[in-house]
Amino acid sequence: MQSEFLLQIKDLKASIDNKEILRGLTLEVKPGEIHAIMGPNGSGKSTLANVLTGREIATVTAGTVTFEGKNLLEMSPEDRAREGIFLSFQYPIEIPGVSMVNFMKTAINEQRKHRGLEPLSASEFLRQMREKKELVEIDSALTNRSVNEGFSGGEKKKNEIFQMAMLEPRLALLDETDSGLDIDALRIVANGVNKIRRPDTSVIVITHYQRLLDYIVPDYVHVLYDGRIVRSGGPELALKLEERGYDWIRKEADVSEETWTTDRK
Amino acid sequence: MDYRPEVIERLTELWEGRDKGILKGSPELYNRYRAEAFTEFLRLGIPDRKNEAYKYTNLEKSFGYRYEKYFSPRPDDFREAERFHCEVEDLDVWNMVLLNGFFPRGDEGLAMLPGGIWVGSMRAAAKQFPSLVEKHYNRYAQNEKDGLVPLNTALATDGLFLYAPKNTVYTKPIQIVNLLHTTQDIFSQDRNLVVVEEGAQMSLLVCDHAISPQHYLTNTVTEVYVGRNARFEIIRVQNQHNDSGKITHTFIHQERDSYASSNNITLHGGLVRNATWHRLNGENAETHSYGLFLADKHQHIANFVKVDHAAPNCNSTQLFKGVLDENATGAFNGRIMVHKDAQKTNAYQSNNNIILSDTARMDTKPQLEIYADDVKCSHGATVGQLDENALFYLRSRGIDAREAKLMLMFGFAHDVIKNISIEALRERIDHLVLQRLRGELSRCASCAIQCN
Ligand SMILES: Nc1ncnc2c1ncn2[C@@H]1O[C@H](COP(=O)(O)OP(=O)(O)OP(=O)(O)O)[C@@H](O)[C@H]1O
Ligand SMILES: [Mg+2]
Repeated sequence: MQSEFLLQIKDLKASIDNKEILRGLTLEVKPGEIHAIMGPNGSGKSTLANVLTGREIATVTAGTVTFEGKNLLEMSPEDRAREGIFLSFQYPIEIPGVSMVNFMKTAINEQRKHRGLEPLSASEFLRQMREKKELVEIDSALTNRSVNEGFSGGEKKKNEIFQMAMLEPRLALLDETDSGLDIDALRIVANGVNKIRRPDTSVIVITHYQRLLDYIVPDYVHVLYDGRIVRSGGPELALKLEERGYDWIRKEADVSEETWTTDRK
Repeated sequence: MDYRPEVIERLTELWEGRDKGILKGSPELYNRYRAEAFTEFLRLGIPDRKNEAYKYTNLEKSFGYRYEKYFSPRPDDFREAERFHCEVEDLDVWNMVLLNGFFPRGDEGLAMLPGGIWVGSMRAAAKQFPSLVEKHYNRYAQNEKDGLVPLNTALATDGLFLYAPKNTVYTKPIQIVNLLHTTQDIFSQDRNLVVVEEGAQMSLLVCDHAISPQHYLTNTVTEVYVGRNARFEIIRVQNQHNDSGKITHTFIHQERDSYASSNNITLHGGLVRNATWHRLNGENAETHSYGLFLADKHQHIANFVKVDHAAPNCNSTQLFKGVLDENATGAFNGRIMVHKDAQKTNAYQSNNNIILSDTARMDTKPQLEIYADDVKCSHGATVGQLDENALFYLRSRGIDAREAKLMLMFGFAHDVIKNISIEALRERIDHLVLQRLRGELSRCASCAIQCN
């Protein structure tokens, strides 16, 4: 059964240490769409990214997530990646002793194996490395080092997008990829994302700032508040948030929560 | 019941028959120390866990075993050993195969390598360089309550002699492939001396391979003299099996402006204890002690290090890492001693371990004795699991969990390997470690003898 959606999240609930963080989240993403998710600190944005990529910090207690019609929640993190999900981490991890080259080669070839493809030849791999490095204007010296080890905050974010360029995902989750970037780097990274995207690549951009959305123009903007999407709109919603903050959302959301809970009784 | 009286009795028999037995023809230069050493051994005994330096290491498994043969290999064993192919062998090195620490062709004279470095047996060295040997032999080995050092002095029959005269430089590593091969269970001792004179440079690679399944125990003492402004590097690769015991004591004595580094890579071994002693005897010297081990089953791997800062303005580092799986146990005991007038000392120590099972165990113990006041000293130890966040990061890129773990372990290990100065060797050891982590490295994998 082929669904028109690439990703379908229905009434998703997830808890950390018995505290419910995602409290009934619904989101549908079609191929090629760009969705922005904004929301105050601690509202559950990164938790959503974790749940989608299979990081076992949060436990899913209810709801469904399908990716190209398949039950995503049943898959291991590596299988999700092989199916085409990519997360640009809010806080990329440093891995001393694991070289970028070896890391990327292993990742690409494991993904290719999953798709029934031969491993890349050494020369083809190096060619791609070179090409993608240029795309995100990442310093060659960085890819000769261990994964993220000693990278600056901005370099780590660039490195995430470099990996995205190498792995060519179907769905990219960018968790605050803009934070910590200087103005030039922001432009480079955002344009990099645009260049990497194929027409059917979908992107979920998690951000606090409208600025990124000037480059990566979303089809939809959602406000995640207290574990739920409380408002969705077009790019203009981001502008309004930039201008007015979350207070008005908060008021509306708290009211609707009451109504909602009353309704359910 | 204490296993030791019986062992000591057997060794005493050996001692009493020494002149007609194992020490027949041994040079007086070595013999003159033997009686006193044996008495010292009897006094100190075989170390037990009451000895601070052996607190976490029980030697009974190796020393309590009844070996059929003590000390000398048979001619047949030598012949078989020559057919061995070492994994690290196609490197550009000068290479020599020893058997249980002994030279296949016994009393042949010393060989001179290009550049003027001498190599050969200790017996030959006593004939060819008697005054040099006299000056250095048994000067750096310290007993410090460890009976196994005097046991070696008393009863070791032969070993490796390396001599780099003043200002000689040999750029290739010198590789000693030390095979453990015999048809009988054997306890052997080798005694080695390395002299690197002023301004000379030498890298030594010692590969210990057990290639037959017998029980072994080796008790090795190596003394190293590194003269003024000289440079010395030793790398040991230990690949043995679950029934082998390997005890090494390496004493590195450094004069001013010298550099030395020691790297013990233990890939496999039933019971391994490497003790590395560094004495910084002159100003402005630098010394590094590295170690890495990978242990599983019921293996026990211990590293003991002592860095003795006896002179001012010296730098030292200790970096030891271990990966333990199944029921393996490990121990690290790292000592830093800074003498009263060793001002401006920089001493660094780090010991990190990864435990992969609930039943593996690692004991780590730093000991600092600092008598100078202008000193920078740091030490840290960790025992933990693989980093879950790093594991997830790798998996989130499509790398399966098993491979991701392997990559992390390898990365962890590489941190030690990367300090080997010879690139080709670094790569080869990386490869061996990876094979070991993948479970592909076995006694037979690297053996040309194909006994099964
Ligand atoms: N490992 C954890 N253990 C306990 N609580 C956690 C953990 N991770 C997240 N939380 C909690 O879950 C809630 C949601 O966190 P999350 O990181 O998803 O927020 P966010 O929307 O991404 O915030 P930010 O904008 O600051 O990145 C917070 O209250 C946070 O403290
Ligand atoms: Mg977040």
